[in-house]
Order: sequence, then structure tokens, then C-alpha cells
Amino acid sequence: MVSGVFASLIALTQGGGQAAAEGAHFEPFLPGLVVLLPLLGFLANGILALRHGRASADAVRAGGEFNLGGPDSRPSTHTLPTWIGPGVMAGAFLITLVNFGRMLGVHLEAPVVVHYWTWMATGTFTVDAALQLDQLSMIMMMIITGVGFLIHVFSVGYMKEDPGYPRYFAYLNLFVFFMLVLVMGSSYALMFVGWEGVGLCSYLLIGFWFADREKADAGKKAFIVNRIGDVGFLIAMFLLYKAFHTVDFVPVFAEAETLAYGGALVTAITLFFFLGAVGKSAQMPLYVWLPDAMAGPTPVSALIHAATMVTAGVYLVARSSVLFALSPVASATVAGVGALTALFAATIALKQNDIKKVLAYSTVSQLGYMFVGVGVGAYAAGVFHLMTHAFFKALLFLGSGAVIHAMHHAYHSTHRHEDAQDMRNMGGLKAYMPITWATMWVATLAIAGIWPFAGFFSKDEIIWQTAAFGGAAGAPFPTLYTIYWIIALAAAMLTAFYMTRMMVMTFHGTNRTGEAEAKQLHEAPATMWIPLAVLAALSAFGGWINVPEAIQNSFLGGMGAFPMSEWLHHWLEPLTAQAHHIQEVNLGELSHSAPFGGGEVLWAVLSTVAAGVVVLLTIRTVGRQKIVSVAEDTTELTGISALLYNKYYVDEIYDRFIVQPIIEASRFCWRVVDARIIDGTVNAVGLVSKGIGWGISMFQTGSVNTYAFILTVGVLVILGASLF
Amino acid sequence: MITEALVLSAILFVIGTFGFLVRRNAIIMFLCVELQLNAVNLSFVAFSRMWGIDGQIFVFFVMTVAAAEAAVGLAIIISIFRHYETVNVDSFNLLKW
Repeated sequence: MVSGVFASLIALTQGGGQAAAEGAHFEPFLPGLVVLLPLLGFLANGILALRHGRASADAVRAGGEFNLGGPDSRPSTHTLPTWIGPGVMAGAFLITLVNFGRMLGVHLEAPVVVHYWTWMATGTFTVDAALQLDQLSMIMMMIITGVGFLIHVFSVGYMKEDPGYPRYFAYLNLFVFFMLVLVMGSSYALMFVGWEGVGLCSYLLIGFWFADREKADAGKKAFIVNRIGDVGFLIAMFLLYKAFHTVDFVPVFAEAETLAYGGALVTAITLFFFLGAVGKSAQMPLYVWLPDAMAGPTPVSALIHAATMVTAGVYLVARSSVLFALSPVASATVAGVGALTALFAATIALKQNDIKKVLAYSTVSQLGYMFVGVGVGAYAAGVFHLMTHAFFKALLFLGSGAVIHAMHHAYHSTHRHEDAQDMRNMGGLKAYMPITWATMWVATLAIAGIWPFAGFFSKDEIIWQTAAFGGAAGAPFPTLYTIYWIIALAAAMLTAFYMTRMMVMTFHGTNRTGEAEAKQLHEAPATMWIPLAVLAALSAFGGWINVPEAIQNSFLGGMGAFPMSEWLHHWLEPLTAQAHHIQEVNLGELSHSAPFGGGEVLWAVLSTVAAGVVVLLTIRTVGRQKIVSVAEDTTELTGISALLYNKYYVDEIYDRFIVQPIIEASRFCWRVVDARIIDGTVNAVGLVSKGIGWGISMFQTGSVNTYAFILTVGVLVILGASLF
Repeated sequence: MITEALVLSAILFVIGTFGFLVRRNAIIMFLCVELQLNAVNLSFVAFSRMWGIDGQIFVFFVMTVAAAEAAVGLAIIISIFRHYETVNVDSFNLLKW
């Protein structure tokens, strides 16, 4: 690691490594520094955290807040991270912007790979430490550094009173470093480094308040469930190496079409990659860790568990678009798992009362949409939804963070131990936190798919592409895609419902926090609401960069008034062209009508009108419901309500059929195999030696005569033996 | 000539061995060991007539070691006697197991 830092520093002084010459006049601007800055931030904050460590760890264990001794006496271990943490992010974002600007100026056909040093070279297998800059990694870098910067700024306000403040920023910077390695690495091996690294940071940040057993366990759960997926990623890499003798992106995709279309090898590779994606992106059946991951600080949920890390799986599929296009079975699996997850998670979200749990299941559901997108060959649409989701879901999480922050302070002031995250304790917060309320409504309308917010364009694009793909002449499983399409539409309606329910329960109606507490409720400070406002603007207008042509020219697009029609689609074209070509050759042209007739515009209008109706109806019905605070809530849930509230008992089922058997097997290994068989063998060897020793010691009588006699006899025996 | 010397040596050695095995007095046993040593010395001297001076040199070594051994051995026997007031080897068998 240290030598790597030095090597990259040397490379940076030489002008950002040696860019591949064939990169059509695109001159990367210090790409290494984008990665390096967060790493330096991690090191600086990490050193501060260690200096401050003992006091902070004691404070965490004591469960209290760190006494800063007034606002003016913040120690340097708290002031410096405030500048270093968001500062390195700002630097990385600015460099990314410069690169983005340069890439916009040229038409880049092939990815630019910047080599730094050879990471490993063993016989026929070589992996370079190299960064790949192309349209896809650029979009991801923009999201990670841009949204990441906003979340860092938000964290300054949110985590201000936390004793682990420097440690928090150290982890957050480290996460961004690994996430950038994940999206900028030029090979699957390097991607895997980032992949594991973000998993580690996720674990560290979920269990950030490690003194709480439940939170520490949530971190472990995330880590272990992710391991299952990582095995898939590794196997896929091995298979890839077997097929191509390299795991670098450029040569792999260049040679990919030598594999048979729909062949067993490419299907196995893509399915194993998808297993990795299922773990990292919390899809069925490995989604269970994400809702528990809400134990971490809320900005962490926004950055890692909504905007960036969990979308790594979508990035993986989009990056490997060529391979997935070659395997219709794998693509159908991707879309199927995505569609099922989208519906399944959305139904669970209907009945949750914890504000973060609603958002967590919503994230799982939206990730499902992204997988539907990349599963039906609409890679640009999947990445588009990834981007808009990063905006509105980060906003929703940060908004919920602002709410929890206010609720926590209110309860703290009166020393009441109520749940600051339970929506039943909220209500009527609109009066106290107008900015948070307004920005979160923007995000809610965006995620619900209301025109003209960002989510409308991205989600509708995916739903439409599902229908179009299923209607293609040579589509492999047309009925299946029709089902996916119906599921996607249904889940969109559920999304509109549960998000509106969340908003109404949190912000509307009468306040249920308590009279004394309500006086303490206040709007978030500027460091927290400014990021909310920026994200709200992005959630409102971010979708306009990729308005489908049909919609662009209809009244929904203001008859061509939106300036950037299908911009993202064209931007990613150089990377998705190969996959689309494979698709076109084998499947024929995509359909221009939905399964039950009607074109893109009609269904877009229908879905947005339907979503709007759901939102309005929900405001009325939930607004009329009598909601009581947690302490007074004694209603027993029955039937489907109980089933949904308890998340279909999936955790219990996993516990019964997977976790407990493993614990039982482990206990068997411990009590029987280890304690009895292995320890028994060792003890038996010891006992036998002891017995033999005891027997032989009988010859040592202590009597000189015995020794003399034995000696003489021994000499005579040896003499006799040597004579005869 | 050598035969007689070796026979004498053998007789002395056997007497020494027999005495070492059957007597209980530590001093007598010690003297028996000396007798064995000197029986061997006699063989050395006898053999040196046939094969050169080496045997006689060995005798000096043996005598030196025997002298050192006598010094140490007698000292031990004296200190044992002071403790137990006997030099009968059957009386002290604590050094076992």
C-alpha cells in the first residue's frame, strides 16, 4: 500500500502516468489524484483519529456524547477533519469536472487507460495498476465525488457531537477511495480490490457505534452476506481468465465475441458475476443485509447504502454489457431477479414504521429496477436510473437524517428514551423543518415517477425498454418479459404509495413527538440543508439529460423543449454499441409497442397519471388515519399486515434454515470433532507417553546395587552379542 | 608372557567386578572399582610390549582420572557418612523415580 502510494505520487509528478496514445486527443487530467486525494484524506483523518482514539473510544463505550466543552473549544482532532474530509472530496470533484469537460469536448471511441505500475506479474497472468477513463467510469466518478462531497458536507453538521468524528471521516474518505478504485480500475481484478474495499468500509461504518451489540452485529451481517456474492465474483474472474488469459476490460471485451452466443461458458461467467452483484446490490435472496445496514449513521446510509456502493452491482453488469448481451439466460435472470426484488421489497416498505427502514426497502426496490434495466439490454437506462436514484435517494436519506437529528435532539433535551426514527413519533414536522419538508417532497415525487422530476424519465425508460425488449422478434422468453413489465408497473405504483405514506406520517398531520419535545424541534443547520437543496435541484432537473426521443417530441417533453434529448444514451453509446450490436444480430429489432398495445408516450402518460393519483389518494387516506405514537400504539397486526410488517419473516426463515444449521454444525465441530476427536487424540498420545515413562521409571530404584547389577549384565550381553 | 599378564589382568578384573556387585560398604565398592581400573591398566602395559608406547600413555591417563575420581568419590562418601553415620549403600536410595 505504502509503496503504491509512492509509486503513484512519482507517476503524478510525471504528469499523470503515460496515457495510451490511441485515446483520440482526450488528455486525462491527473486521474491518479482523484483516487489519491480521498486516500490522503483517510490517512490524515486516520492519524487524527488515532491521536484522539482513547478518549473517543471511552466516550463511545460510555454511550454518552463527547464533551467538547463549548462551541469554541473544539480540539484540533475535531476541527481538522471538518476541512480535510469534505476538502479532499471537493478536490476530487473538481478534478473529475475538468476531466469530464475535456471528455465532453472530444468524441472518445475507445477507453483511455492510464498505466501506473505493474501490480502483479505471474507467468502468463499480468495485472497492471491502471485507471480506465471512459464515459461510464466518468459518470460514476461524477456521482461518487459529487454526491459524495455533498454527503461529506452534510456529515459535518450531522456528526458534530459524535465522539468518533475523526474516525468517521477517515472511514468515509477510505470508502470513497475504494469506490473510485472500483469504478476506475481497468480490470476485473482491480475492480475486485475496490469491491472488497467498499465492503470493508461498509462494515466499519455500519458498526460505527460498535458499543451497541445490535449495530456491531448488523455490520457483521452485511460483511458475511456480501462474502457469499464475492465468491461468485471470484469464480467469474477465474472463468474469465480461463477463457481469455486476461481480466483487463479492453482485451476481454474485444475478444468476447469469440465465445458462442448463449454458450455455457459465457452464461456461467455472467451468472457468477451476477451472484456478486446480487450480494453487493442487495437483490433477492441476499438483500437481507441492507435493511440492517441502517444501523450506521444516516449520511453513511445515503452515501454507501443508497447512492454509490450498492449500485456497484449495476455498474458491474453495465460494464460487462458485452458478456451479458451474449447470454440471454443470464440477462433474463438479471431482469427477473431485479423485477422480483423490486416488487418484493416495495411490498415490505408498505408497512414499515421506521423511516430509514422504508427508505432501505425502497432502495432495494429501486436497485431492482436498475437490474431490470441492464437485464433487458437497456444499459444506458440502468445507469440513468442509477444516477437519478443517487440524487433522490441520497436526498431522501439525508432528509431523514435531518429529521432524525431534530427528533434526537428533542428527545435528548427532555431525557426521554423514545425511538427518534419511528414515524409514529413524528407527524406535523412540516411546521418545524420547512426546507427538509420541501426538498424531501421533491425527492418523493421524483422516486414516485411524477413528470417532470428525474425519476419519471429514468424509471419510465426502464419500464418501456422491458416491454420493447420482450416484444423483439427473437426475444428469448417473451412471456417472461411481459410479466417483468407488469411487475415493474405494479412496483412503481407501490413506490408512489409507500413514499407518500412516509411523507404524510413524518411531515403532515398533528405532531406526536410530545409537547415539551416539540418546542425543541428545529430546522437543520446550513451545513445540512444546503446539500439537501442542491440534491433537490438535481432530483428535479437531473432527469432532463436523457429524455427519450418519443417523449421529447410529445407534449411531455414540451414538444422538444428539453435541450438534452437522450444525451446519456448517446454519451454511453461507444461502450454499449457492441452489446447492442450483439443483441440486434441475435434478437432482431426491438418492439415499438407495449404488450397490450400503446406506444412509449401513452404508457408514460398512463404511469405518471396513475402514480399521481396514488400519491393524492395516499395523502387523503393516510392523512385521515389516526396514527398514535409508539408508546400508545397497541394495535395488533394480523394477516397480510403482520406478514409485511415482519418482512415476510425472511430473516426468521434464514435464521431457521441457514444460520441455525450452520451454528449447530459449528457446535458439532467444536464439541465433538474438536473437543473429542482432535483433543482426544492429542491427549491420548500424551497419556500413553506418560504411562510408558512411568513404567520405565520403575527401573530407577535408587539402589546402587541394582544399577551395578544391570550395568554388568548389560556389558555382558553386549559382549556376548558382539562375540557370537 | 603376554598370556600370563592378560590372565592376571582378567582375574583381577573379575575379582573387582564381583566385589563391586556383592559388597555393600561404599569404600570397599570404591576400592573394587579401582581394582578393575588397574586390571585394565595391566592389560594396557602388557599390550604396549607388542604394539608400542600408546598403551603406557593410556595408563597415565587412567591413573590421572582415577586419582581425580578418588578425590571426589571419597569426599562424597565422607559427607554421606556425616549425614547417615553409615556407608552401607543399602541405606541411601532416595535418588529414584
